[in-house]
Amino acid sequence: MTTRYDLAVIGAGPAGLAAATLAAKRGVSTVLLDEQPAPGGQIYRAITQTPVRNPSVLGSDYWHGADLVGPFRDSGADYLPGSTVWSVSRGLEIGLSREGAARLLPAKHIILATGALERPFAIPGWTLPGVMGAGAAQILLKTSGLVASGNVVLAGTGPLLWLLAWQYLRAGARIDTILDTTPRENWRQAMPHMTEFLRSGYIGKGLKLLLEVRRKVKVIGNVSALRAEGDGRVQSVVHRQGDGAEARLPADTLLLHHGVVPNINLANAIGCAQNWDEGQRCWVPTVDDWGATTVEGVSIAGDGAGIAGALAAEHRGRLAALDALHRLGRIDRAERDRDAAPHREALDRAQRGRVFLDTLYKPARDFRVPQDDTIVCRCEEVTAGQVREAVKLGCSGPNQTKSFLRCGMGPCQGRLCGPTVTEVIADARGVSPAEVGYYRLRPPVKPITLAELASLPKSEDEINAVLHH
Amino acid sequence: MSAHNRPDYDIAVVGGGLVGSATAWGLARLGQKVAILDEGDIAVRPSRGNFALVWVQGKGLGMPEYAGWTKGSSDRWTGFAGMLRDQTGIDVHYERPGGFMPLLSEAEVEARAAQLSRLHNQPSMVRYDYEMLDRAAVAKEMPYIGKDVVGASYCALDGHCNSLRLLRALHAGLGLHGAAYLPNHRVERIEPRDGGFRLITSAGELGAGKVVLAAGHDSARLAPMVGLSAPVRPERGHIIVTEKTAPFLKFPVGYIRQTDEGGVMIGDSFEDVGFDTTVRNGVTSTIAERAIRIFPLLGKLNVVRTWAALRVMSPDGFPIYEQSTSAPGAFVATCHSGVTLAANHALALAPHIAAGRLPEEFTVFSARRFDVPKAA
Amino acid sequence: MFQRLPNASGERVSFTIDGRPAEALSGDSVAAALFANGVQTCRSTPVSGAPRAPYCMMGVCFDCLVIIDDVGNQQGCQVRVRPGMRVETQNGKREIAR
Repeated sequence: MTTRYDLAVIGAGPAGLAAATLAAKRGVSTVLLDEQPAPGGQIYRAITQTPVRNPSVLGSDYWHGADLVGPFRDSGADYLPGSTVWSVSRGLEIGLSREGAARLLPAKHIILATGALERPFAIPGWTLPGVMGAGAAQILLKTSGLVASGNVVLAGTGPLLWLLAWQYLRAGARIDTILDTTPRENWRQAMPHMTEFLRSGYIGKGLKLLLEVRRKVKVIGNVSALRAEGDGRVQSVVHRQGDGAEARLPADTLLLHHGVVPNINLANAIGCAQNWDEGQRCWVPTVDDWGATTVEGVSIAGDGAGIAGALAAEHRGRLAALDALHRLGRIDRAERDRDAAPHREALDRAQRGRVFLDTLYKPARDFRVPQDDTIVCRCEEVTAGQVREAVKLGCSGPNQTKSFLRCGMGPCQGRLCGPTVTEVIADARGVSPAEVGYYRLRPPVKPITLAELASLPKSEDEINAVLHH
Repeated sequence: MSAHNRPDYDIAVVGGGLVGSATAWGLARLGQKVAILDEGDIAVRPSRGNFALVWVQGKGLGMPEYAGWTKGSSDRWTGFAGMLRDQTGIDVHYERPGGFMPLLSEAEVEARAAQLSRLHNQPSMVRYDYEMLDRAAVAKEMPYIGKDVVGASYCALDGHCNSLRLLRALHAGLGLHGAAYLPNHRVERIEPRDGGFRLITSAGELGAGKVVLAAGHDSARLAPMVGLSAPVRPERGHIIVTEKTAPFLKFPVGYIRQTDEGGVMIGDSFEDVGFDTTVRNGVTSTIAERAIRIFPLLGKLNVVRTWAALRVMSPDGFPIYEQSTSAPGAFVATCHSGVTLAANHALALAPHIAAGRLPEEFTVFSARRFDVPKAA
Repeated sequence: MFQRLPNASGERVSFTIDGRPAEALSGDSVAAALFANGVQTCRSTPVSGAPRAPYCMMGVCFDCLVIIDDVGNQQGCQVRVRPGMRVETQNGKREIAR
């Protein structure tokens, strides 16, 4: 397959599916690359094959994903599931690995629909077996019909935490306690955005879900400190409510969550500019209204360009696809703008109430900036205290602490430490995260074997750079 | 400067990479009041991208004094690493197991042998042993070599270290010696004044009695401000590093080494592309293919990072050390072997700078060697 | 600890964990299959030897690394379990030969 596709879409979540469907239907040669074996992304994970056949367990919002897969299958787009994209070159050649073989796939335009990942939630003991992301537990439910058993504690804040609790209850699974870390003052700050939220689609569903969970599960609110403890695996969760005394809950499983952040690694490694979003407290690739990045030929659609949720992601995917059609010379500006109008309107509706949610569920400072004894880099086992020591030695940003501590150098490439390291350095220096910056990432953004790398095509010039200098 | 015209610092070292840090550490160790002026989190920074060899074999063809300087540094390295450990508690993992340069054809063996004999036959060449090994001799030490390996050159003086830990140890040691590390102080201008220097930086001005330019690529811009020259250019080199693997490779093997942490580092390449640090897949691919010919088992390992860094190259590839004649408190030090030469910069170069005069034997490293008009 | 929902549908797949026979459902990732078989720790870290288990289940954290069919450091959450697959928990750094 050496043909150059007009459009390559990376990621088969709502943004990627919608973008590829629209483009392919309009006659553009399109390929959708996805790391997973089946479409849906994380939000609609295993939508075509989940063993959880009772639709009321995962809920109607989940099953909406099926509405995206059908049209995609009929769109004429090529689909390469099980493809790990590990680089995109300046010339828009996509480095991908599939079934153990690497190759370079050229495209004229690329839409990254790489979605979000759970915001790292670094508390003491979060590396213990038995502690995992609430999103991870949700993936186990969707893909395998697996639910946590024994003493199950959920801790954190954000819509996904409550959704998982609701799905668990629907599935007949047991949750002992929810430790709600939403800071009290967030309610006050979120209030001014309440009116807009009331006009959104979230309100009815959200309230119903919250009430149902609160009726059935013990919820401890205003939790200000969390620690997982255990010998070789989690056995208890130590927490503090407000300024109160520490209390201990037995736990076989602790599911942590405090929001999601854009998965920016590929965009960063391509060289797309990014900026610090103060409201969502995360790095976001810099994009225009169409999702176009600062790198020619590369757009981003969906949560990878800033968190706005699954419905918004669809519309952002369609807008990015229309802009790609325009950039490929298939439609003129007027046609693009005209065809975009309904999607823009739908996007506005889908984004209504987002500011309220962002403000309400903004994690407290103490959970974003952990104490000295907390591991922040899971791969290299570097603590927040070590990062602070490096700052004292003069490290002013994450690339220097990386050199000094190997923090962010492991296989996860900073995905599980980056946001925390940025916040810890900013806090220690008394400057904004924007000034501190982020890791400068390089390909491969996902590991490939040396043999795969060795198998790639090489120009004479590239060979000479190594062998005949 | 203060009211009494005393400069803020005895010495300002411009550049916080390995050359600047090692030199500054050596100066601070002698009681000098030192400031290190560095850029911020994003900078060119070859010191973060190096290969961490402390390498002797094969170096100095065309300048035997450089071979001597290199061997001297290698000989000082054990003591240097010990000093850093004693002072900071940081082990920089210096080891000197001897190094192999693998050779993949009879032609390569012949070329390597001829090159090394030319090197060692130079007048005033420092004396040390090296060997040309056949395949059997290499396989005795490393039974898992690939079938394409015909032989290797070997030198017992070669070694390697953990260069990131070296950088951290130097910075920790600088702090303990009372030196001031000033990040986000990009030096805009240097003005010789009152026998000392005024340094105008992006974060304010400061005065120093002496100034050492160890700014890597930026020394080219700064040197003329103090009557020096540093005609260096970037040469891009690619490096691959694999996931952590149980120890299997004791020796540095030219462009392949296993780090103390377990990752395998694989280099290298040579491109003249300005300040572009983009990684080229075709270059890393070529590097990977060659590495697998040498050690076929490497093929299974996962690559976790690749990067390209910019060597600081002078026109002949050898270092530049020079003291300004018009502003004698100004010195320049630049090279592309910041790890190998770190012991020398700390223990041999710094004392001369502290004393205020580079002795005669440094004349050979002066940038004036590049002034000779080229023959037509 | 995880358990399968009683009405979860799917084909059964036989494989081994550290040489012991085990069963999974056809859509399971290796990481999910380990959970379903009561395996709580899949590896120890190469840095401190601390025990770890899958954390993100979506391919980003690399805590689910295991040895699959004699190849070390495989992301258990990204590989589907196949009939006859040999899964082994991993102790520290991988070996170069596997």
